[in-house]
Amino acid sequence: MKNKYSIFSLIKNAFSYHENWQKAWKDPAPKKEYDAVIVGGGGHGLATAYYLAKKHNMINIAVVEKNWIGGGNTGRNTTIIRSNYLWDASAGLYDHALKIWEGLSQELNYNIMFSQRGVMNLAHNLQDVRDLKRRTHANRLNGIDAYYLSTEEVKKFCPIINTSSNIRYPVLGGTLQKRAGTARHDAVAWGYARGADEMGVDIIQNCEVKGIKRNGDEVEGLETTKGFIKTKKIGVVAAGHSSVLANMAGLRLPLESKPLQALVSEPVKPIIDTVVMSNAVHAYVSQSDKGELVIGAGTDDYISYSQKGSHQIVEGTLNAILELYPIFSRMRMLRQWGGIVDICPDASPILSKTSIKGLYFNCGWGTGGFKATPGSGDLFAHTIANDEPHKLNAAFNLNRFVSGDLVDEHGAAAVAH
Amino acid sequence: MFIINCPFCGERDQSEFKAGGEAHIERPKQPTELNDEEWAEYLFMRKNIKGIQFERWNHAHGCRKWFNMLRDTSNDEIKLIYKMGEKSPIE
Repeated sequence: MKNKYSIFSLIKNAFSYHENWQKAWKDPAPKKEYDAVIVGGGGHGLATAYYLAKKHNMINIAVVEKNWIGGGNTGRNTTIIRSNYLWDASAGLYDHALKIWEGLSQELNYNIMFSQRGVMNLAHNLQDVRDLKRRTHANRLNGIDAYYLSTEEVKKFCPIINTSSNIRYPVLGGTLQKRAGTARHDAVAWGYARGADEMGVDIIQNCEVKGIKRNGDEVEGLETTKGFIKTKKIGVVAAGHSSVLANMAGLRLPLESKPLQALVSEPVKPIIDTVVMSNAVHAYVSQSDKGELVIGAGTDDYISYSQKGSHQIVEGTLNAILELYPIFSRMRMLRQWGGIVDICPDASPILSKTSIKGLYFNCGWGTGGFKATPGSGDLFAHTIANDEPHKLNAAFNLNRFVSGDLVDEHGAAAVAH
Repeated sequence: MFIINCPFCGERDQSEFKAGGEAHIERPKQPTELNDEEWAEYLFMRKNIKGIQFERWNHAHGCRKWFNMLRDTSNDEIKLIYKMGEKSPIE
């Protein structure tokens, strides 16, 4: 039984110089067989394991992760959470996640630092204005809080934005989702890991999957660097490396893996208390609790697994940031990194069964998977446990690329892909 | 960032180029005879290899010509560049 985190446990542990905290999760060796194995110990994978154990009573399961948990895109994103997507299917999916976010710290007994500071999307040309207004209406019809803001209202909500009409891409308006915000990305992975571990899930780190063993058209187990693990159900949640896993199973996916970059500045005093995203000029900015500006750039257009990206992408983003926020002109950037994002042709995820029995894929989140972490885990757990999708992820099946029933969120999702 | 040796213009900065994805995907010869699975295969399914991959690139801010490239996607190293229409030298 895990000790509950509270102010009292904090005080108690202070007396022993915080040297006697209980381990948040064990470090077990893999068993020979599990009822299900999740490949990928990021936020989505750990959330999947957590909900499999919690809601579907599947305790004899494991998460295998090739590095350490939360070390991939979970620790590389810009932590933005929102649900203001255009289409009904996406709105259902992302708002399901947002509703779970709202109570997640309490549920996990782990402070994920969820902060509903609002997310503002800017319009820089007339087509942006039309698109954002349309999306605002669509959001409201789906019960998602959305407001359209005039240039003056944008300036009032975030005073440091340059709303002069003389800049190259003037701010013509924007949208605001007040329930949106940010969370501490590592804490999400750690909180889910701790919760899953407590219910008996084995979290196996530094265990890379080398092969997926099939018997005809059903799975038998996984070849890993820690030996063979027998299982009848495999849930792959490997983000940028999904295609690599699919190739092991002889499955084709409609994905392309590309570098997406982000960077943070030196820490400064609070200056921006919301998240501002700009699709047209491709610059996203928020401020972490440490005081760093967290800046999201765009994806490169070439396939790469190198976790680097092109210099001109960062340069373009910073040009846009400086025009929109002249106040940042003398700030220095401290760190820059890349993550590999798996992008679907329709910029919507895949949460689906496959043609191989017992093999499930949760992938294709592209540039915006973090926001969906709890919902993705919940729905993917449902899909694995019941061998059928939940109604909220039914539209995000792999077969949509054959049927043509795509969920086209390119641009419409308020972000350029 | 890398330098790309355009077969028509010589070495140029990567920022002048546009990636065109996987190479040697042949357009179906009899499009009317394809079923939905075959169309999905042609339109959407990709190898997305981690390692050596054949790609198409376009010198978008230069001669605007297309060419093929053999590149290691795990470290972005360019192995080989050859002109469009030439048979891929390695199968």
